[in-house]
Amino acid sequence: MSAMLTLWERDIVRFFRDKPRVIGGLVPPIVFWLLIGAGLGTAVRVPGAPEGLNFLQYFYAGTLVLIVLFTSIFATISIIEDRREGFLQSVLVAPVSRLAIVLGKVMGSSTVGLAQGAAFLLLAGPAGLHPGLHGYAAAFAVLALASVGLTALGFCIAWVLDSSQGFHAVMNLFLIPMWMLSGALFPAATAPRFLRAVILANPVSYAVTGLQRALLPSVVPDGAASLSACLLVLAGFSVVMLTASVFVASRRDSR
Amino acid sequence: MNAVDVKGLIHEYPAKRKVPARRALNDVSFSVAEGELFGLLGPNGGGKSTLFRILATSFAPTSGSAVLLGRDLIADPASVRPFLGVVFQYPSLDNKLTVQENLLHGGRLYGLSGSTLSARIDEMLSHYRLTPRAGDLCGTLSGGLRRRVELAKSLLHKPKVILLDEPSTGLDPAARQDLWEHLMTLKAGGATILTTTHLMDEGDRCDRVAILDQGKIVAQGTPSALKAEIGGDVITIETDDASGLRDEITKRFGVTPQAFGGTLRLERAAGHAFIPQLVEAFPGRLKTVSLSRPSLEDAFLHHAGRRFSDSHTEVAAK
Repeated sequence: MSAMLTLWERDIVRFFRDKPRVIGGLVPPIVFWLLIGAGLGTAVRVPGAPEGLNFLQYFYAGTLVLIVLFTSIFATISIIEDRREGFLQSVLVAPVSRLAIVLGKVMGSSTVGLAQGAAFLLLAGPAGLHPGLHGYAAAFAVLALASVGLTALGFCIAWVLDSSQGFHAVMNLFLIPMWMLSGALFPAATAPRFLRAVILANPVSYAVTGLQRALLPSVVPDGAASLSACLLVLAGFSVVMLTASVFVASRRDSR
Repeated sequence: MNAVDVKGLIHEYPAKRKVPARRALNDVSFSVAEGELFGLLGPNGGGKSTLFRILATSFAPTSGSAVLLGRDLIADPASVRPFLGVVFQYPSLDNKLTVQENLLHGGRLYGLSGSTLSARIDEMLSHYRLTPRAGDLCGTLSGGLRRRVELAKSLLHKPKVILLDEPSTGLDPAARQDLWEHLMTLKAGGATILTTTHLMDEGDRCDRVAILDQGKIVAQGTPSALKAEIGGDVITIETDDASGLRDEITKRFGVTPQAFGGTLRLERAAGHAFIPQLVEAFPGRLKTVSLSRPSLEDAFLHHAGRRFSDSHTEVAAK
C-alpha cells in the first residue's frame, strides 16, 4: 500500500516539476480544439444535432478525451524513461508487489490526466455548455475511468517495448487512431459501416459518448450507449487493462 | 549458515533476431558465509553482471539453484527482497527528484515510514556527507555524489546481504577509498557483502574471491591462497622476439613461459636466482626483466590461461 502511494506521489511531484509537460499535456489539445472547432465552426453540420450547434461544442468532449489520451502517452514515455534511466531496476528488486507498481504508476499518471481534464472543464461554460452540477460530476467520473484505462493500456505498451522509437510507431498507428475512431471528431453515424464496427468496439468511444451525455446530451445520436453503460464499459476496460499490466509486469525477463 | 548458496547456475540469453543464443553462466557454484566480504572477480563480459542480476532477483536463471539466508531466491524472490540491499552499477536514482526525495521514496519501497524513516535518512545523509546537498536534484550531481546517494538509498533499510555491481565505477580514488572503508564498517556491523569487480586491488580487499571467466568460476578462495597456488615468483620479460625466445628458454631451462605479444611470463620458485641465469644466457635479447610476487592478476592468468586485460578486449570485439 505504502509502496503504491509513494510511487503515486513521485509521479505527481515529477509532473508539476516538469513545466513543459504541464503545458504540453493541456495546451495542444486546447489549440486543436480551438483551431479545428472554430475552423469548421458551423460549416459542418453534425447529423442529428440541434440547429445552430457550433462544432466547437461538438468537439469539446473529444478534446477532453484527447487530453486524457495525451496523459496516457506521457505515462508510457515515462515508463520507458524509468527503465532507461535505471530507476525502474531498483523498484523491481524492492519488496513491492507488481500490483502496487502498476497501481502506483497508473494512479499517478491518471491523477495528472484527471487534473488536466478538470482544468479543461473550466472552459465548458465559455464554450456554451451548461451541464449543471450533475453533468460535471458524471463527466468527472467518465474522465477518471477513461484515465485509468488508457494509462494502464500505456503501461502494457511501455513494458513490452524497449525503445521510445518503437513507441512513436505505436502512438501514430494505434493510440491516435483509437481517438479518431471514437466519435471524437465525427459521429459514428457518418462513418462507413466497417468503421462503425471499429467505433463500437473501441473503448475510447464510450468515453466520448459518456462525456457527451454528461455535457451536451443533444448531440448524442439515438441508440447510443447510456451513461451508465458507458461507465460500465470504461470500468470493464480499466479492469482488463490493469490485469494485463500486472500480468506483463510479473514476467521476469532478462532486460 | 551460509548467507548465499549458489549451485549449478546456468543462464542462457535466448537468440534474438541475428544474435545467437549466448550462455552467460555455465554451471556456477559458490557459497558466501554470513558476515563475509566476497568478491566476484572477472573481466567484462565474463558473466559477473548476469550473476549479479540473478542474485538481485531481477530475473530467474535458466537452471540451477540460489538460496539466500535459507530462502529460495529463484522460486520465491519476494521472500528474499526485504533482506537485500542492491547497489546497481548505473545509479537507479530519479534525476528529477532531490536527494532527500530519492531517499524518501527508496525507504518507503522497503516499508520504512514516518519518524523511523526520516531519522534513517538524516543518518545516511550525514554519513555520506550529503546533508548540504539534500535539496539538490539528483540530475545536477556529479557521478561520485550520485553513487553516494545510490549507496545511501540501498542501505536505508539495513539489509543483511548487500549486493554491489562494480561499485567503484565513476569514482575518483578518494571516493573509492571511502567506499571501501564504508564496506568494511558494514561488514564489521555484521552485513554479508557480495561485490563484483574487475579491479584486482578490490579483489585483494575481499575475504574470498571467485574468479569468473567466460561464464565459469575458474578459481575461488582467499586472495592469498589463490596467489600462493602459483609456485613462487612471477618473472616478466619484455623482448622483441617473444616466440623465438620462448622456445630457447624451453630448450635450455625446461620451463615454457607464456607469451603475450612482446611479453613472456613464467612462474618460478626462487625467481631472484633464476634472473641472472636468464640474463647471462640471452645477452642483449631481453629488453626488461622484472620479478614480482604473484598478484590476483597472475592467479587469473594461471587459471584462465589468458591475460586479464586481453579478456576484456576479446569480449569487446565480439
